[in-house]
Amino acid sequence: MPTLASKKRKTTARNGRPAPELIFGDLWDFDPAPETADPKLKPRYELFINGKFVAPKSGKYFDTINPATERKLAEIALAGPADVDAACRAAQRAYDNVWGKLSGRERAKYLFRIARLLQDRAREFAVAETMDGGKPIKESRDFDVPMAAAHFFYHAGWADKLEYVAPGRRVAPLGVVAQVIPWNFPLLMCAWKLAPALAMGNCVVLKPAETTSITALKLAEIIQDAGLPPGVVNFVTGAGATGAALMAHPIPAKVAFTGSTEVGKIIMRSLAGTDKKMTMELGGKAANIVFDDAPLDQAVEGIINGIFFNQGHVCCAGSRLLVHEPVAAKVIAKLKQRIKVLRVGDPLDKNTDVGAINSKEQLAKITKLVASGVKEGAEIYQSPCPLPAKGWYFRPTIFSNVAMSHRIAREEIFGPVLSILTFRTVDEAIEKANNTAYGLSAGVWTDKGSRILKMSTELKAGVVWANSYNKFDPTSPFGGYKESGFGREGGRQGLLDYCQLV
Amino acid sequence: MSRLPITKTPKVYVGGAFIRSESARVFPLQDAAGNFYANIPQCTRKDLRNAVEAAAKAGPGWAKRTAYNRGQILYRLGEMLEARASELAAAIQLGGAAKAAAAKEVTATVDRLIYYAGWADKYEQVLGNVNPVAAPYFNFTVTEPMGIVGVIAPDEAPLLALLSLIVPAITSGNTVVALASSTQPYPAIVLGELLATSDLPGGVVNLLTGFRKELVPTFATHTHLRAVSAVVGADERKALALGAADSVKRTRLLKSEAQPDWYADTAQSLYAVRDFLEYKTTWHPIGA
Repeated sequence: MPTLASKKRKTTARNGRPAPELIFGDLWDFDPAPETADPKLKPRYELFINGKFVAPKSGKYFDTINPATERKLAEIALAGPADVDAACRAAQRAYDNVWGKLSGRERAKYLFRIARLLQDRAREFAVAETMDGGKPIKESRDFDVPMAAAHFFYHAGWADKLEYVAPGRRVAPLGVVAQVIPWNFPLLMCAWKLAPALAMGNCVVLKPAETTSITALKLAEIIQDAGLPPGVVNFVTGAGATGAALMAHPIPAKVAFTGSTEVGKIIMRSLAGTDKKMTMELGGKAANIVFDDAPLDQAVEGIINGIFFNQGHVCCAGSRLLVHEPVAAKVIAKLKQRIKVLRVGDPLDKNTDVGAINSKEQLAKITKLVASGVKEGAEIYQSPCPLPAKGWYFRPTIFSNVAMSHRIAREEIFGPVLSILTFRTVDEAIEKANNTAYGLSAGVWTDKGSRILKMSTELKAGVVWANSYNKFDPTSPFGGYKESGFGREGGRQGLLDYCQLV
Repeated sequence: MSRLPITKTPKVYVGGAFIRSESARVFPLQDAAGNFYANIPQCTRKDLRNAVEAAAKAGPGWAKRTAYNRGQILYRLGEMLEARASELAAAIQLGGAAKAAAAKEVTATVDRLIYYAGWADKYEQVLGNVNPVAAPYFNFTVTEPMGIVGVIAPDEAPLLALLSLIVPAITSGNTVVALASSTQPYPAIVLGELLATSDLPGGVVNLLTGFRKELVPTFATHTHLRAVSAVVGADERKALALGAADSVKRTRLLKSEAQPDWYADTAQSLYAVRDFLEYKTTWHPIGA
């Protein structure tokens, strides 16, 4: 197992001079600390339709790759239109005959079971998630999997209390719901989508992202073990064509999509003229705003977490740092110091802070946007950390002297790249933060409570984190303004998007 | 000799002013007996864009009014309508409605205003909440208006339907650009005069008259309209949905062929207010 800090650096460290800061990687090596739990992967994963694992009608499979090693992990069934049709029909049958008739109290128990069974197998799922997607094991272990279980647990309790969801009105399920999820939080997005839909009494056909199908299909094993009636949840795996077939299928009454704004718009166009309901959770270019009175060390940790969490593959990533001019130089210096010690490498190593980029395509996209930042005149700083020889990795990168017009300030990079802009007044911070087509999230760092509430009121964003960043909870609605999408996930508000008022 | 009456030149109410179309185009309106009544402004895409600008200017101020103040202003608008009920009823009768039916539409419209006036300082308490997150944060979800809402009213119930679409949007602080019925535009002309004498700030509600065929494409694609609330046919629904995709615009498209009953209790709802709100969730740390 390769270590992260190189031996060469160790021997040249400091040359006897006193260290201005304690740079851990410079002073000693860490032994590798790989997570060794067995992910229990199968060589081949089939579709999950009507409660059974079935081969795709076309007989076609595609490889899923471990981005940390570029090696094949397993092969995944490629669902064609006939498979999507079978899944939708199974879901409709399950809705008509079983799930739609079941009392909320009984539905709740199934969801509680799923939450518990997922907790039982948490470490196994975390390792599988990390191998398939490239995220650090400490994140999949401490965030993705427990949060996924929490979503099932939270929504389970709603299933028999739906009369409290929409005061003054009765709610009813929609029927069959089609869901398409992204590759950045494969299992967690699966839980975000399934739990409210099922609690409300809908049946589901869900398509995972093509690079990260494994944990959804492992969740299918749990769904079987929980005894969920066949057809209530169906998974069809594949790429864009499978997703398009699912969106176009006449059975689903609603489409819920999480992914890029670009694809979201394509889906919206494809559904124009139909009666299908939609919710869209799309991209972002969040402002993380640091005022001069903020606790700076804490803010720096929040900035780091905001942009390097999950390699920056986060729709709500704090990718635009807006820093108050009086403290800009200080914050940038601290950030440079801090990213030097981010440990980039083997995602399965418990010490790893930044794992592998999910796919070769994504790495190419990040590389291209970073090149545009350099070309447009922003000042780049990249961590000098060693990168593993094999696998898709990108150095933690910060750009200073960024202008609002730069592509790196406007486009979602979806990688470990931070663009830094400055401001002088509260109004300028608000203006710059809101000057984007997106509006998913924002961060505010200040010691002043009234300013937090002022900023939170003015920022056109669905989630505002004060003196914190990237916090999530099943009780807390998540979703965007403007081109970051519509509808909410989580909380009472999220449930309302999975029902009809009657 | 009998006196020749002074007839009124119909103008639309945009940005707090009475204007004719920038194109100077008009279309003739007949009364129920088929006689010429007046020339109605035939608004253009440019008029629509100007109205959106007016709505954008009025938006932040209107959204910042206190909920109590917005409620009082809507109530005041109800007072204005009640006081000029006969004029409104006469405008509705131009389209052929019987006297009793027209009077009923006006009173139903006033009642609808009063209904939403009462929601202005309450919907937040019902729709928002504090979330018990599993971490030391005070986490709360509040609502915010979306911004500018485009409204396309049906021909049926030209006053009641028009206001049933406009009022839930402005109750929460949105501003509106509305296209009135093209077959029965006159109630919207009179409504503009009432809006001008109410306390509603200019630009909060902007009324246009004209033809859907000319204006629906701009309603669909104008990126500053953050939502569209319309009662329209299948082709228009598709056009609006397609245009909405370009800027991820929110749509609330009711089917005109379904002939919604504007007098029903279900035609007024807290959830009509909700449809033009964004939810914002704030995480505030709890610490000493």
